[in-house]
Amino acid sequence: MELFNGGQIPLSNIPTLSLDEFRKQILNRCHDEARLMNLFGVLEANGKVRLLAILGLDEDAELEIFSTLISPESPQYESMTKDLLQAHLFEREIAEQWAITPVGHPWLKPLRYHSNYRSVSADIWQGIANKTIPGEYPFYAVGGEEVHEVGVGPVHAGIIEPGHFRFQCHGEEILHLEIQLGYQHRGIEPLMAGADLRRSMLLSESIAGDTAIGHSTAFCEVVESLTGCAISPRAQAIRAVALELERLANHVGDLGALGMDAGFLPTSGYFGRMRGDYLNLLLSLTGNRFGKGLCRPGGVLFDIDTAMADDFCHKLKRYRQEFQDVSDLLFTRPSVLARFEGVGIIDLKDAKRIGLVGPAGRASQLECDIRSSYSSGMWQFHHVPISLAATGDVYARALVRRQEVIRSLEFLLKVLPSLPTGEIHVRPGAFKPDTLAVSMVEGWRGEIMHVGISDAQGGFARYKIKDPSFHNWFGLAFACRGQEISDFPLCNKSFNLSYCGHDL
Amino acid sequence: MLKILRTRFKQGCKTMLFPKAPAPTLPSRYRGRPVIAGLSGSVDLGKISFNPDSDMAYSNDYQMAVSKREDLVLSQEREIVLARALNDKMLKIFGRSLKLRQVSAGGCNACELDINVLNTPVFDLSRFGIQFVASPRHADGIVVTGPITKNMREALLKTYEATPDPKIVIAIGGCAISGGIFSDSPQVSKGLDTIIPVDLYIPGCPPHPLTILDGLLRLLDRLK
Repeated sequence: MELFNGGQIPLSNIPTLSLDEFRKQILNRCHDEARLMNLFGVLEANGKVRLLAILGLDEDAELEIFSTLISPESPQYESMTKDLLQAHLFEREIAEQWAITPVGHPWLKPLRYHSNYRSVSADIWQGIANKTIPGEYPFYAVGGEEVHEVGVGPVHAGIIEPGHFRFQCHGEEILHLEIQLGYQHRGIEPLMAGADLRRSMLLSESIAGDTAIGHSTAFCEVVESLTGCAISPRAQAIRAVALELERLANHVGDLGALGMDAGFLPTSGYFGRMRGDYLNLLLSLTGNRFGKGLCRPGGVLFDIDTAMADDFCHKLKRYRQEFQDVSDLLFTRPSVLARFEGVGIIDLKDAKRIGLVGPAGRASQLECDIRSSYSSGMWQFHHVPISLAATGDVYARALVRRQEVIRSLEFLLKVLPSLPTGEIHVRPGAFKPDTLAVSMVEGWRGEIMHVGISDAQGGFARYKIKDPSFHNWFGLAFACRGQEISDFPLCNKSFNLSYCGHDL
Repeated sequence: MLKILRTRFKQGCKTMLFPKAPAPTLPSRYRGRPVIAGLSGSVDLGKISFNPDSDMAYSNDYQMAVSKREDLVLSQEREIVLARALNDKMLKIFGRSLKLRQVSAGGCNACELDINVLNTPVFDLSRFGIQFVASPRHADGIVVTGPITKNMREALLKTYEATPDPKIVIAIGGCAISGGIFSDSPQVSKGLDTIIPVDLYIPGCPPHPLTILDGLLRLLDRLK
C-alpha cells in the first residue's frame, strides 16, 4: 500500500501478508530500490502482535506500508538481519518490546533493558528490567595475546549523555567497537500513547532536546494528519524557519567541536559562541533556546512580525559573514585537514547496507534529504539543494555540514522577508479512529519519523518514534574499524548522534 | 598564522561583563520565573515545563536557583528564597575553586548543552574558578541532569561515591528535580533528592545558562 509523507491510512487498508511473504517483500524491495525506514510492532486486541514495515522509495517520494501478524502461541519469525543489515536494530527492538524472537538474528542482544510491552512474563532476556547494563552485557570479544580491551562510559569525560563503548584493540588499532546504549531509556513510547494530547506534545519536545523543533514538528504533523487539520502556509513557514535555526545551531556547534577534537582551538571557541547566536534567535522567537513551546497541533504559538523578520535578517547576514570567515580558517588549515581526511571512511555501498541517513549518509553520497526527497509543508515551495560529499570520511561529514549551514542561511534570508499570510494557529478536531499517520522531518541529524495509530476512542493506541540516530549508531561503530583509537573522538563528533533519541 | 590573528582580531572579546555589570536583558518572550500575582494556589518550579500554553504568566527574571526543595513551591504567601551561600567552612574549601563532575541521567541533552554553554567565551565559567572535570575523583561535587533512569541509577551512585567528601550535589532542570515531564514513567525516579541529598536546585526546561550561572555564583557567595 502506498503512502506519502504526512499522509494517513485506515488500519483496515494496510495489507496483511503471511510471515513468509512479509519477509520476502521486505528483502526483495530493499535489495532493489527501497530502504527500510521503520519496522515495529503493535499489539492487537486479540493478543496478536502486528509487525508493520515502512519502506521508502527515495526517488519517487513514496512510502510503502504492509504488515504481518504474529500469534502469541508462536512468538517468533525468521530474522531478516542476516540478509538485510538495515533491519538489525529494528529486530532487536521488536524482540525487547514484544518478546518476539527473530530466529537466526546474528547479534540478538537487549537494546534498552526494559520488560516487554505485551505484559507476558516471558521476556526474551529473563529479569532484564533489573539488570545493570555493562555488567550484564555479553560484549563481542577478540582473543589473542596482544589484544586489549578498552571500556568507556556510561559516565563520560565531558558534559555529554551516557553510553558504553567497548573497543577491541591491537595496539592503537581498533579491531572492533561495540556501542551499548539504553541508559537514557525513559519509556517515552508507552508514555506518549497513554497521555492526553497536551502532555504528549510536551513529551515530544523532550525526546531529544537538541532536536526539539524536529521532533515536535513531526508530532504535530501526525496529529494534524489524524485530525484532517490543514495548517496555514504562515505556520508552515514559521516551523521551517525554526527547523533551520535548529540545524544552524547544531551544525555550527559540531564544526566547532570537530576543530576542538582535531586540536585546533581558535575555531572551536568562535563556533561555540556562534552556535549561541542561533539559539538566541530561537529564544527571541519561541521564548526557549531550544524552541520548546513553538509547535503545537494546528500551527505555532508564536508569530514573526516584520520588525522581528528584519532583525533576524540583519543578524543572519552578519552571522553568515562570520561563519564564512571562521569556516575558511578551519577548512584551510593543513593540520586540521590532515586529521579530517581519510579518517572513519564509509563508502556508498556500506552506507546503503547500514541504511545511514542525514548528513552522515550524504557525506557518503547517499542522496536523501527529507526536505527535498519527501517534501511537505514549506519545503514544497522552497527547494533546498541536497548537500553531498563523496569521500565518506570525517572531512566529508564536516563539509556537508558547512554546505548545509550556507544553504540554510540562504533559505532563511529568502523566506523571512516574505512570510506567507494566514492564521498561525487553528484548533484541530478529533482523531479519525483506527487510522495510521506517518510524518517525516529532516532534522539536523537526518530522518525523523513518527507514526501515530489512533484507537476507536480517539486517543493513540500506539506511538512509534524513530530518531535518525537509530540508523546511524552502527555507522559510527563501523567507521571506527581499522582506525586508531585516538581518532575515535573525531569520528564520534563527525556523527554526533543522540543517545536519548535512540534510547527513548 | 596571519589568518588566525586576523580572525582573532575580528572576533574581539565577547565575554559578558556580568556579574560586575547587570546581566543582559532577555527577550520579552523568554519564559522565566512565573508571575505569582493573580495566581490561585501554588506553583512548583521543580515540576513545571515552562510551556507557553499553561495557565501561567512568566516574567523574564532568570533567577530561580534555590537551596531547599520547598523553596521552589511558590504562592501568594511564599515568595522565592534564592539560593543561600555555602557555610563558612565549605566556602573556605570551595569558594575560590570549585571542580564539578557532570552526570547525565536520562536528560534530553538540552540541560547538558546549556551547561556546556557556560564554557563558551561568552560566559567563560573558568574566570570564577569553576570548572567541569573529567573524573569524579578530581571533583568537589556532582551536577546531575535528567530524571535518573533506572539504567543510570547505579552509575550515578558510583560517581557520587567516587567523589571525595565534603561534596556538593546540584540538580539542574525539572527532570533532575522531580522527574519532570517523565515522572509518571516507571523507568525514572521522582527526583534526585529521593536518591541522594541535594544542595542546589536549578529549575527550568532547560534553565537558561544565566540561571545556572546565577545559582553557582550564589552558592559560592559571589552575588549579593
